[in-house]
Amino acid sequence: MPLLEVRSISKRFGGVRALDGMSLSVDEGEIVGLIGPNGAGKTSFFNVITGILPADEGEIFFQGGQQSLRGLSSDKILKKGLARTFQNLRIFKNMTLLENIAVGMYSRTQSSLWSAFFRTRRFHVEEKKVFKRGMGLLDLMGLANQGNEIAANLSYGNQKRLEIARALATEPKLLLLDEPVAGMNPSEKEEISNLIRKIQKRGIAVLLIEHDMKVVMPLSNRVVVMDDGKKIAEGPPEEIRKNPRVIQAYLGEA
Amino acid sequence: MSAALNLFLNQLLNGLTIGMVYALIALGYTMVYGVIGLINFAHGEVFMVGAYLALTAIWLAASFFPGIPFGLTLLFLILFSMAGASILGALIEKIAYRPLRRSPKLTALITSIGVSFFLQNAVMLIYGSKEQSIPDIVPMTRLKIGAISVSLIQILIFSVSIGLMFFLTWFVKNTKTGKAMRAVSENPEAAQLVGISPNRIIAATFILGSALAAVGGSLFALNYGSINFHDGYLAGLKAFTAAVFGGIGSIPGAMVGGILLGVFEGLGAGYISSEWKDVFAFLLLGAVLLFKPSGIMGNNVSEKV
Repeated sequence: MPLLEVRSISKRFGGVRALDGMSLSVDEGEIVGLIGPNGAGKTSFFNVITGILPADEGEIFFQGGQQSLRGLSSDKILKKGLARTFQNLRIFKNMTLLENIAVGMYSRTQSSLWSAFFRTRRFHVEEKKVFKRGMGLLDLMGLANQGNEIAANLSYGNQKRLEIARALATEPKLLLLDEPVAGMNPSEKEEISNLIRKIQKRGIAVLLIEHDMKVVMPLSNRVVVMDDGKKIAEGPPEEIRKNPRVIQAYLGEA
Repeated sequence: MSAALNLFLNQLLNGLTIGMVYALIALGYTMVYGVIGLINFAHGEVFMVGAYLALTAIWLAASFFPGIPFGLTLLFLILFSMAGASILGALIEKIAYRPLRRSPKLTALITSIGVSFFLQNAVMLIYGSKEQSIPDIVPMTRLKIGAISVSLIQILIFSVSIGLMFFLTWFVKNTKTGKAMRAVSENPEAAQLVGISPNRIIAATFILGSALAAVGGSLFALNYGSINFHDGYLAGLKAFTAAVFGGIGSIPGAMVGGILLGVFEGLGAGYISSEWKDVFAFLLLGAVLLFKPSGIMGNNVSEKV
C-alpha cells in the first residue's frame, strides 16, 4: 500500500488548468523525483498536497487512511506526517537556527502554556529534549556550531539546509522538497544529495521537485514527469531518460 | 534645589507614569498587528473595560470581604480585570475578526471601529454615562526622594509595568506559544506549514494583549481616581501613536514608544500648557508618519492600513 496516494487532482486558476487530473503515489521509504518543464504545475501540485491551495477535484490519501487530506488545513496535514520546503525559502529569518527548529518540533511536543508559566518538570524535560534533538538535526546539516546564530546571517545554501532541518523537526513520514539544490554549486549539490540519502535511511520517504537531472536521476528510485498539469510518464530513471514523450516535452516538437 | 530642576523632575515622573500605561496598551496594538496585520481600534476599549472591571472588583471585595488589607484587594482587582479582559479579547477575535480573516484588511479595520463603538455603548448602558469614581484603596502616602515626591500608586505603576514588560519579553523569547507568535508574525504561511495552528496563536495574542491593557486600565483608574466610558478612546489613540512611534509590530518598540510618548507629553504639559498635551501626542504621530513611518525600532515595511 502506498504511503501517499494522490488521485486525479485538478486545480484551475480562472481559465488556466494548472493541474489536470494529476495522480501520483509514493511508497514508504522511497525517493520519487518529480520533473517537468517550467509551468508544468509541479509547485502547484505541492501546494495542493500541503493544503496551501484548495483542489477543485481529486483526492489525497496518506498512510492508508480512509479520509482524504483534501480540505484539511496545512497545520493538520503537517501533523499527519507530511512536511515540505519551498523553492524560495520560507525560514524564520529573525529567529535563531535552534528556534527555527524548535518551532517545527513543537508540533509534536505535549507541554502546555501552563507548564511553561510554572516551569514544571515536564516543561524542563521537554525543553532539554527539544534542544538535544535540535542540535542533532543541525549536526546532520553541518550547522552544529551555528545554533544560536540568527537565520538571516546564514549563507543561502545554509538557509536551504536549515529549512530542510526544520521540516525534519516535525517528524514527517514524507518530505516534499521543492528544488532543494537550486542556486547551489556542484559540491553543495553533492552534499545535499548525500543528505537526501541519509534522510531516506532514516525511513523518511522523499518527493523531490528538481530541474537538475544530474541530481535527480541518480537519487530517485522512480521518476514522475509532469507536463501541462498531468503526468506524462513514470518509471525508473534510465527509462525516463529515453522516453520520447519526455524528450518532446522538454525540447518541444521536432 | 532649584525650582526649575524640581519642575523638570516632577514632570518627568508624571510623564513616565502615564508612559508606562501607554506602553502596556501599545503592546496589544503591536502584537496584534504583528500577528495578523490588523490595527485593532477596539483595543482602547478593552483598556477601558479593564478599568471598569477593576472598579467592579473593588466593589465586590468591599461587599464580600470588608476590611481585607489593600494589598489583597489590589491583587484581586488586577487578576479579576485581567481575566475578564482576556475573555473579552478572545470573544472579540472570535466573533468579530475571525470570520473576516480572509477579507480585505480594510473590512477588519472598520469592524474594529464598530467593536469599539459597541463596547463604549455597552459599558455606558451597564455602568451609566456619568464618571465613576474609584475608591481610594491605595494609601495616599508620598515618598520624598530628594526633590521629587512619588506616590505609592506611581511606584505600583512602575513596578507592575516594568515587571510585565520583562515577563512579556521572556514569554515571547522562551515559551512555545511565544516562539509560535514570532513565527506567525514573520511568515504566517510557513508557520502553518510547520504545524502551528494560526487560530490558536491569534487567540493567544488577543488574550495576552487584552490582559496587558486591562492591567493598564486598572492602574490608570487607580491613579486618576475616576473612569468614564469614553476614556478608552483617547488612551487607545495615544497608545496607538506610541506603537507607531516605536515601530508597529515591534514589542520593544511599543515599550519604548509608550514611555517616550508619556515623557514627551509630561514635559510638554509642564513647560507649555497641560491643555495642549494631546496636541503634542498627535503632533508626534504626524511627525513620525511623515518622517519615519517605520518608527524607531520597526522594520521597513510599506503597507497600507
